[in-house]
Amino acid sequence: MFRYEPRDEQLLRERASQFRDQIQRRLSGELTEAAFKPLRLQNGLYMQLHAYMLRLALPYGQLRSEQLRALASVSRRYDRGYAHITTRQNVQLNWIRLEEVPDLLEELAAVHLHAIQTSGNCVRSVTTDALAGVAPDELEDPRPYCELLRQWSTLHPEFAFLPRKFKIAVIGASEDRAAIAAHDIGLRLREREDGEIGFEVWVGGGQGRNPVLAKRLREWLPKAELLSYTEAILRVYNLHGRRDNKHKARIKVLVGALGLERFKARVEQEWERVRAGGLSLREEDLEAMRRHFAPPAYASPPIDSRELRAARLSKDRGFARWADANALPHRMPGYRAVVVALKSPARPPGDLTADQLDAIADLADEYSFGEARTTHRQNLVLPDVESWRLPELFARLEALELASPSHARITDIISCPGLDYCNLASARSIALAEAIQTRFAEPERVEALGELHLNISGCVNACGHHHVGTLGILGIDKQGTEGYQLMLGGSIDPEPRLGKVLGRALDLEGLVDAIDRVMAHYLQVRRSPKERFIDVYLRVGPEPFKEVVYADHPPPRDRDRQLPAPIGRGAPTAGG
Amino acid sequence: MIDNYQHLSDEAPLPPAADVFVSRSRWNAERETLLSHRGRVAVRVPGDADPDSLHRDGLSAIAIDFPTFTDGRGFSLGRLLRERWGPDFELRAGGAFLRDQIFYLSRVGFDAFELPEGEDLDAALRALDTFGFAYQPAPGAAGPDRRA
Repeated sequence: MFRYEPRDEQLLRERASQFRDQIQRRLSGELTEAAFKPLRLQNGLYMQLHAYMLRLALPYGQLRSEQLRALASVSRRYDRGYAHITTRQNVQLNWIRLEEVPDLLEELAAVHLHAIQTSGNCVRSVTTDALAGVAPDELEDPRPYCELLRQWSTLHPEFAFLPRKFKIAVIGASEDRAAIAAHDIGLRLREREDGEIGFEVWVGGGQGRNPVLAKRLREWLPKAELLSYTEAILRVYNLHGRRDNKHKARIKVLVGALGLERFKARVEQEWERVRAGGLSLREEDLEAMRRHFAPPAYASPPIDSRELRAARLSKDRGFARWADANALPHRMPGYRAVVVALKSPARPPGDLTADQLDAIADLADEYSFGEARTTHRQNLVLPDVESWRLPELFARLEALELASPSHARITDIISCPGLDYCNLASARSIALAEAIQTRFAEPERVEALGELHLNISGCVNACGHHHVGTLGILGIDKQGTEGYQLMLGGSIDPEPRLGKVLGRALDLEGLVDAIDRVMAHYLQVRRSPKERFIDVYLRVGPEPFKEVVYADHPPPRDRDRQLPAPIGRGAPTAGG
Repeated sequence: MIDNYQHLSDEAPLPPAADVFVSRSRWNAERETLLSHRGRVAVRVPGDADPDSLHRDGLSAIAIDFPTFTDGRGFSLGRLLRERWGPDFELRAGGAFLRDQIFYLSRVGFDAFELPEGEDLDAALRALDTFGFAYQPAPGAAGPDRRA
């Protein structure tokens, strides 16, 4: 695993001290809020409804156990004893006092954690597949390239004041678990006909009020040109991206305005110049970086064991259900990558307490070479767990309330913080997530419903990725009351696709009922348990679902509290 | 930081042998006269100027005016000019930049700064050394991970 060298540590200390000075100048009034705001944002500090929120960077989602413990410690000392995992694999603290930020950052710098460029109009913290290096469907581990991009983008002097934020994701597997189509630049490791591995380059993806899926800019880029090509894209964007309208400033708008071919011509022309400037990577640099991500010292554990068999066959289906959902295939025989589910009715999606952080640190040490990862779907992963130890790990996680069998199920909800925290939000997201979790509390039913991605955004800015959820929910403000739109059919993998709004907005209860009906209808019409919801939706289209949701609803004016009992509530899991 | 240039308006007469800054429109309109001027001649351009429209000619310096400190085009423009024109000209930051940006400005190739009225000169000088290390090569340097 990559560890910071003295020069990286020095940079973190200098950054913390620079921000300490800026905060001092803000507190003394020397810096106006207008001047301070972009500076604090580039240090991950937002002003939210009730307090400051600090977003810490976990580049490509990697966490060592000592870092988990440090997060637990700062969340106790400077926050209210919990932390929140974001869709970009970072972590947020929600109740922060400005004057305490310098000490907090200094404490974290000691374990190589920081908040550099987690916000603001700059190149944000790079993300990847949470199963990088362990996934069986992987061509090559993307993390060395993520780290090269982290270094290149960290305090890049030319690109700290871009027209708008800029997000990069890199993957190396055939399944896209990092949503590269939703990024400003998405890179996918890909084999050319002659066997040489390079990058497929995607550009201009983004969510927000104007969602656009990334377009393929280049079929294949030599690895050595990772930084030179990225720099060329950034320079074209910095010089030509719109700055007159915040909502039209993302690179997707520039790509749309120029057209892909003209945009590409500009990038490639700039690239010729950049390549002459020494940003091309030497093979020995690439090799040295790859060595930092060498696999851990795997044992040769038994692929099966008496304990594992017994647990699987137990009358209590709890373990088997959890293992089927959350213990993911691993490229090493006898190992599994285990999803630690941060999804339960008791807590907002992605939240975990300081005590849980400490406990997961212990589990990482005992079961997974001291390492954990954050995932795009707001969970954690212990990447290297021996299969025969799954039953005991399950018991440990259950005691921590972290064993919900929710991976890729309807309860694996992505959600933004919504109106409870965010001053941009139009509606509550957490309350809705909780209501859905509660409605879908029966594990048998959740299992029967199979693979689903339910994503909630509390406003059009789409932080909860509702456009690409199989079930996407958008919170809106209907003349002062909360409303929710249901979208169906969005997808990230295998084919990125934007979902379509099913019909008019509903209130919170009505929306939960609507999902209930959609799911009940799915169970009725699917041809076999293998036909997933998304398959059925693509086969039959939105109409039948629209019918079951809206047909018997009274007109919007007097619909409140008059909804008939949803037909799917507690229904037997036919065909499951 | 100490300015040896006179900043001429477009109408002001050209003082003989003095070092002068002129606007881009004056430079374009009076290029022949200015090229034969005995003092040094420098030009001011806005941060959104097209880098491909600028030529070194006989200029001793160029000042890039930042319209607001959040408009980062001047960083790319400065970098391109430094890379194309080499080390022996003055690249000056003007307009609305912040002290907190001086480190980045110097890293893309700026070597002169028009500080706003009342700005602390010592603090501005210290800002040049905010970080002792950079991951990115300085303009013209080869390879990443080296401080210029």
